[in-house]
Amino acid sequence: MNFMFWLIAIITLGSALMMVMNKNIFHSALFMVVTFLGVAAVYLMLYADFMAAVQVLVYAGAITIFIVFGIMLTQRGNMKETNLFSNHAALAGIVSLALVVINAVMVVSTNWPKTGAEPPQETVGSIAELMLTKYVVPFEVAAILLLVALIGAVIIAKEVKKTS
Amino acid sequence: MEIFNTIANGLRDWLMGSLGFSATATEIITTAVWTLVAILFVMINLIILVWMERKLAAYFQLRRGPNRLGPAGFLQFPVDIVKVLGKEDIIPANADRFIFKIASTCAFITSLTAFAVIPFSEGVALLQNLNIGIFYFIAVGSTATLSLLMGGWSSNNKYSLLGGMRTVAQMISYEIPMVFSLLGVVMIAGSLNLTDIVNAQKNTWFVIPQLIAFIVFFIAATAELNRGPFDLAEGEQELVAGYMTEYSGIRWAIYMIAEYGNLVASSAIISIMFLGGWNAPFGLTFIPPFLWLMLKIYLVIFVFMWIRWTLPRIRIDHLMHFGWKFLIPVSLANILVTGIGVYVYRMITL
Repeated sequence: MNFMFWLIAIITLGSALMMVMNKNIFHSALFMVVTFLGVAAVYLMLYADFMAAVQVLVYAGAITIFIVFGIMLTQRGNMKETNLFSNHAALAGIVSLALVVINAVMVVSTNWPKTGAEPPQETVGSIAELMLTKYVVPFEVAAILLLVALIGAVIIAKEVKKTS
Repeated sequence: MEIFNTIANGLRDWLMGSLGFSATATEIITTAVWTLVAILFVMINLIILVWMERKLAAYFQLRRGPNRLGPAGFLQFPVDIVKVLGKEDIIPANADRFIFKIASTCAFITSLTAFAVIPFSEGVALLQNLNIGIFYFIAVGSTATLSLLMGGWSSNNKYSLLGGMRTVAQMISYEIPMVFSLLGVVMIAGSLNLTDIVNAQKNTWFVIPQLIAFIVFFIAATAELNRGPFDLAEGEQELVAGYMTEYSGIRWAIYMIAEYGNLVASSAIISIMFLGGWNAPFGLTFIPPFLWLMLKIYLVIFVFMWIRWTLPRIRIDHLMHFGWKFLIPVSLANILVTGIGVYVYRMITL
């Protein structure tokens, strides 16, 4: 199992790196799909099968396709220099370093709960129960947020005409 | 169909016992063997389906179809495979070479992964204990769009690009009613596991209480499969051949294999979700469950082909309107009605 974890980790992180480093933005988007699939594989190794499927459906299936769609609609003759680096390497380096340090400190200092219990056979039922009882308000708020975004997108696309 | 599990368990015992492999290695090898079986299954179906499609298309159009090679032209397709293998593999000069090369293979892989959850009879599936079976199928199916898009984009051809974009627009639009229509079945069966769903249909097939969902799913699946009358992604009159315009030889053939693989997978899902899976109707249990499922799959495929060769292609804006303004509201209403129905049923029985 350890070997599989390292394989998945290397593929995920490698493709994430390739996504940033690649000069061609379409290739970057495709590397992003590999990264998302790698994250789904990590979820699977943690026995979170529902999360893994959601990851594939939402990220690898929907989000990247919209990104690729956007790229295709703005296609140029030459795709070589479409994913450029900015000139603020030093600033970006500092921000990234700070983020890595904060994350590392959080991971190390958190007291992770450990149990010897077997992982649950079925996760869907318990997720549904929690979502519709204990976390029903955040769940509904998220739904309303998405609805607002949807209506906003429709309004932007349709360009509401001013009534005189 | 017990024989498959017997073989799989025998293989496992042999690898672990006689050859002394570790548990992980055994699992990997067994999965590889299962995958090979799945590929073989797709290939055998492909040979039958291509012949069937040509013959049926011909009969629907009052022609004879292939009739020279073999009985009723059955050997035409194997000969075509040899021809395709011998063809030159053309890659356009300005294509994105690497993506162009892997795009068709990606399409084939996504079509193959769907077969992992399809139970061919009680307990005969690669991932038989997957609790989220139908959700896995939907998730894997949603990534299929990307490989078509890769082909359309990397060809560096206007027609391919337009075909790819149409594919995306169409598949995203029709994925929503497809998923929503399956929810009704999941609500009645109370499980996402495909084996449980089939077992819940021992008495009544879900096509009867979920007729609307069945029709919506069938229409959405036709659109997802890019088959007529929704084959706008490769509408010949306007787009040559859509995303696979530049493809030739074996890479084109792999795209076709993926397409027929998706056809078999979707038909299998329709048979499992709505038509009772391997359950025998009218108590005709002397026919083995596997054959019943295959019979149902081929019945569904026949209807797909019937529709494809009978109805004319519809226009792209009509397609979008139909998807967003008709199918989605209908499937949402179906969920509401099913929910109320399930609630009332529980109140009465409990």
